[in-house]
Amino acid sequence: MEPDTVIVNGAPRPLAAAAHTTALDWLRGQGLTGAKEGCAEGECGACTVLLARPGADTPTEWTALNSCLLPAAALDGQEVVTAEGLGSPEALHPVQHEMAVRGGSQCGYCTPGFVCSMAAEYYRPDRVQLNGSNGFDEHALSGNLCRCTGYRPILDAARALGHPGLDDSLAARRHQPPPPPPRAQRGLQEVLRLLADEPDALVTAGCTDTGVEANLRGARPALLVPVDRVPELRELRATPEYVEVGAALTLSEIERRLGGAVPLLEQVLPQFASRPIRNAATIGGNLATASPIGDLAPALLALDATVVLVSLDGDREVPLTAYFTGYRQTVRRPGELVRAVRIPLPLARTTAFHKIAKRRFDDISSVAVGFALDIEDGVVARAAIGLGGVAATPVRATATEAALTGQPWTDETVRAAAAVLATEGTPMDDHRASAAYRSAMLGQSLHRLHAEVVA
Amino acid sequence: MSVGTPLPHESAALHVTGAALFTDDLVGRTSAVLHGHPVQAPHAHARIARLDPAPAYDVPGVVRVLTGADVPGVNDAGVRHDEPLFPDEVMFHGQAVCWVLAESLEAARLGAAAVEVEYEPLPAIVSLRDAIAAESFQGNRLLLESGDVEAGFAAAAHVFEGETEMAGQEHFYLETQASLAHVDESGQVFVQCSTQHPTETQEIVAHVLGLHSHDVTVQCLRMGGGFGGKEMQPHGYAAVAALGATLTGRPVRVRLTRAQDVTMTGKRHGFHATWKVGFDADGRLLALESTLTSDGGWSLDLSEPVLSRALCHLDNAYWIPNVRAAGRVARTHKTSQTAFRGFGGPQGMLVIEDVLGRCAPLLGIEAAELRRRNFYADGQATPYGQPVRHPERVARAWEQVTESGELARRTAEVAAFNESSPHRKRGLAITPVKFGISFNFTSFNQAGALVLVYKDGSVLINHGGTEMGQGLHTKMLQVAASTLGLPLDKVRLAPTRTDKVPNTSATAASSGTDLNGAAVKDACEQILERLAGVPGETWEARVHRAYLDRIQLFAAGYYKTDGLHWDPAAMRGNPFKYFAYGVAASEVEVDGFTGSYVVRRVDIVQDVGDSLSPLVDLGQVEGGFVQGTGWLTLEDLRWDERDGRLATSSASTYKLPSLSEMPEVFNVALLENATETGSVYGSKAVGEPPLMLALSVREALRQAAAAFGPPGTSVELASPATPEAVFWAVERARERSLSWTG
Repeated sequence: MEPDTVIVNGAPRPLAAAAHTTALDWLRGQGLTGAKEGCAEGECGACTVLLARPGADTPTEWTALNSCLLPAAALDGQEVVTAEGLGSPEALHPVQHEMAVRGGSQCGYCTPGFVCSMAAEYYRPDRVQLNGSNGFDEHALSGNLCRCTGYRPILDAARALGHPGLDDSLAARRHQPPPPPPRAQRGLQEVLRLLADEPDALVTAGCTDTGVEANLRGARPALLVPVDRVPELRELRATPEYVEVGAALTLSEIERRLGGAVPLLEQVLPQFASRPIRNAATIGGNLATASPIGDLAPALLALDATVVLVSLDGDREVPLTAYFTGYRQTVRRPGELVRAVRIPLPLARTTAFHKIAKRRFDDISSVAVGFALDIEDGVVARAAIGLGGVAATPVRATATEAALTGQPWTDETVRAAAAVLATEGTPMDDHRASAAYRSAMLGQSLHRLHAEVVA
Repeated sequence: MSVGTPLPHESAALHVTGAALFTDDLVGRTSAVLHGHPVQAPHAHARIARLDPAPAYDVPGVVRVLTGADVPGVNDAGVRHDEPLFPDEVMFHGQAVCWVLAESLEAARLGAAAVEVEYEPLPAIVSLRDAIAAESFQGNRLLLESGDVEAGFAAAAHVFEGETEMAGQEHFYLETQASLAHVDESGQVFVQCSTQHPTETQEIVAHVLGLHSHDVTVQCLRMGGGFGGKEMQPHGYAAVAALGATLTGRPVRVRLTRAQDVTMTGKRHGFHATWKVGFDADGRLLALESTLTSDGGWSLDLSEPVLSRALCHLDNAYWIPNVRAAGRVARTHKTSQTAFRGFGGPQGMLVIEDVLGRCAPLLGIEAAELRRRNFYADGQATPYGQPVRHPERVARAWEQVTESGELARRTAEVAAFNESSPHRKRGLAITPVKFGISFNFTSFNQAGALVLVYKDGSVLINHGGTEMGQGLHTKMLQVAASTLGLPLDKVRLAPTRTDKVPNTSATAASSGTDLNGAAVKDACEQILERLAGVPGETWEARVHRAYLDRIQLFAAGYYKTDGLHWDPAAMRGNPFKYFAYGVAASEVEVDGFTGSYVVRRVDIVQDVGDSLSPLVDLGQVEGGFVQGTGWLTLEDLRWDERDGRLATSSASTYKLPSLSEMPEVFNVALLENATETGSVYGSKAVGEPPLMLALSVREALRQAAAAFGPPGTSVELASPATPEAVFWAVERARERSLSWTG
């Protein structure tokens, strides 16, 4: 590989981009105008392209990503496929064919992005035919918005897809090793030294936050340190005491690799943003940005998780309850990096995640509640409840936990504890929800859990 | 016969491969382009005390700052002369006060940040309620009267009064406003623009530049969605680009970011309505008195015609013998609200459906029965005096939905489910749509086309309509091919340009196909007439023979809709060529813990006449329905009333329907045996009417919320009916239940 080269649609192109140029703008500057800017914050998916990334089932997977969030520099040494590379008007790719003939495009502006998301799912190695279905997971399209069609023909196109043929070069590519990380991606020690030397350096992994800051708020950090391919941050391991999830694992990777090992996370992850965002966003990034809502945090709080911070001085383990210190602030010191998240074992037997949002897919929670309860012989032996969206940081509902612990799992207990839960936190009125609704949702969530979980 | 064949969109293969070009895709193909960036005001209302562009010129790459002093013509972006392009007084938060042109968008952004502006903030009115209280209105007041309202109320067995409020809607076309202008080799100002109304864009560009219309050409390749948001809104941005191009001699691109687009461009009007309604003992509507107030924003834009259409759709499909409906446009310090699919029709219809949905339990009549009982019958006329033709089509569509949707069985199932389910309740509602087709402004109901037949027999179609995804070009190709008796591949369509077909109307009011299709057909028929009797085995041979015989092989087609008249002062006349009808039944399930819900099933029958292009029409029905559902349930415009800032100005805060909002079962059928005489190939308009079928979802949500209360619960439901709004409706119903059982 030559320096600063990107393989785009099978052919190498020199990557010479101005600083702060997005992958989307770079591609469009190359004359590949199929990918569009619809929102510049990874919400609409019109910019979706495919990147060859390390896979779970095959060495390489075609991964749908929002090119508006990625810096062009992140393409260094990578392989990209755009709608133009999947097929041409004279020789449509199967995904393009189904979309075209079924009326899957009207204005056509969102269409190349849909085609790329659909192609990623088409090439998903573990997509299997089941009971007459082609195994297409419609969540693959949760990060693409269409304002024209009402989605029915798009979904029909997805459901009509077969499987790639033997002569499909993109399918074959999956069985070869993935491209190496961009050269800027150093080993952990090198990253830590850099962070120690450059206090203003901004760490980024999937760029789902830094990309939005750059595009919508004009943030232009002097030094951006990407860590999403740092090997030491990408480990997933289980000991008898805990499950440790590497900070730079993407949420999609965690979904795939964790399987059902942590049922509460298995509930959260499909509700977290959209597939292209989960393909980029990492668990470490989610905790480092310290959003007061952050769907993972309420769940991880309920799981009694800890954060492993690493610096040149070594590891430091902090309980998540002590990690958040204020609005988007944490105990993380300059020079420190989130290395991993630890989830202690054994897990509570009853867990649930309630996300309250306007839209079912790809929305930010108004309120998020993570429950982890042990109910023994009809009595609540242990209760941990994490809340998002009701305070400046994600918090534990400690008063509610106290009201539940040691009490029988009955209507009376739940009614009393729900009244306590409704007063936890300090919810605000904003464009997502009123404070009154947020408080009501806290109380309702315990009633709902009780309705669903019989002692 | 190409017409009537279910064909994919004519650009489908280009769409799916990324080969279809949109306005901003041309930037990379144009050299030395300058990029425009606005300076947006941080106040809802303020006087500009000082504007100093000088610091912007210190930013590397900045070439020119455009201010009001640069305008050689008229400093106005509208047709009413109430929308200064470069204002002295800021009228809404985010209004552009000047524009910076630079070598890169980044330099333009930094240049815009460097411009120094001093504002003197002035008092602002942000909410519609505040505007009503302050009597802040603009434009003409409208009054629609028929019958004798007082006598109607006097005769009524039941009289109810209420208020209804509904939010607006952001268009959120996926392609934001985009223009690319340059002065071409002939000295003409050439503007590529994503516009539904190229002629008006041309006129505004000309008047801003102090030129004549023949000095300016506007081309629209295609739009990435329009929905009415590109009927008036593109003009000012096109004018900025054109002004920059004339002043710098370089191509200028103005493409709004999403945040700029949402904070600067107009939206669907929010409305407030007060109403008083009278029914006879059988639940028949006797009288309706109502005052509609629309939130027009800072300038008039299209607010008056939108209001007029709202008043003309207050009846929906129901005969109301005595009506007095007043309308007024509030002036608020917000974006200037504008056309949006339905153009006031949805707001008017929401009011009457809200009235019926709330009154049905009070009358003790099932909502579906109350609606059916009030349908128009033959011989009846609307409150504005237009006879309702084909009213039986509503009843036919209603019966078809009732049967194919198995409503009798499912209504019983819903009742049984609700009986046994304490925490989740279902609702199943059926609503009709009657929507008038034609521009209320009679002059707009004309169109032109230019059809060129070349010596080799190939055909090039030009017409005045624009393509925004609705499939107009597909239909125009079908009309031309069918009329000429040619296969589709003989016919090609050229991008819409003002120098091919002049003085065109906006592609709006669902009228694109009716008007332009008839004009294309007229041009083709002229050519066929001239070819009659020309010998030749094949089309190509006849065309070649005709050329040799010096027969004109091109024709300008023209069409105007006959029989329309409208007196806007009296609000009476025959404004519509016909009515498009439709019926939808929607079933929802509401979660009582959260107010969240799913749309379980939707059945629709839509009257499109004889469909020109069934796949295209199906797409319009489904897409319109989901977009309407978005307006009524999910899309939540929130303005910060303290400073007038739009709090939901991005895709992460303003949520449109995603795949998850699609009904789980979605059956759409086109009404059969529905030929519309006198329109192109017997077809009917389809762009707007299906949007209002989504009112069935809102009514189903109301019924599901009511099921949490005792029988006879009348539910007031906010619009949009977000999960939060539904939750509060459920809570109120549950409270009634407590007091009822207690």
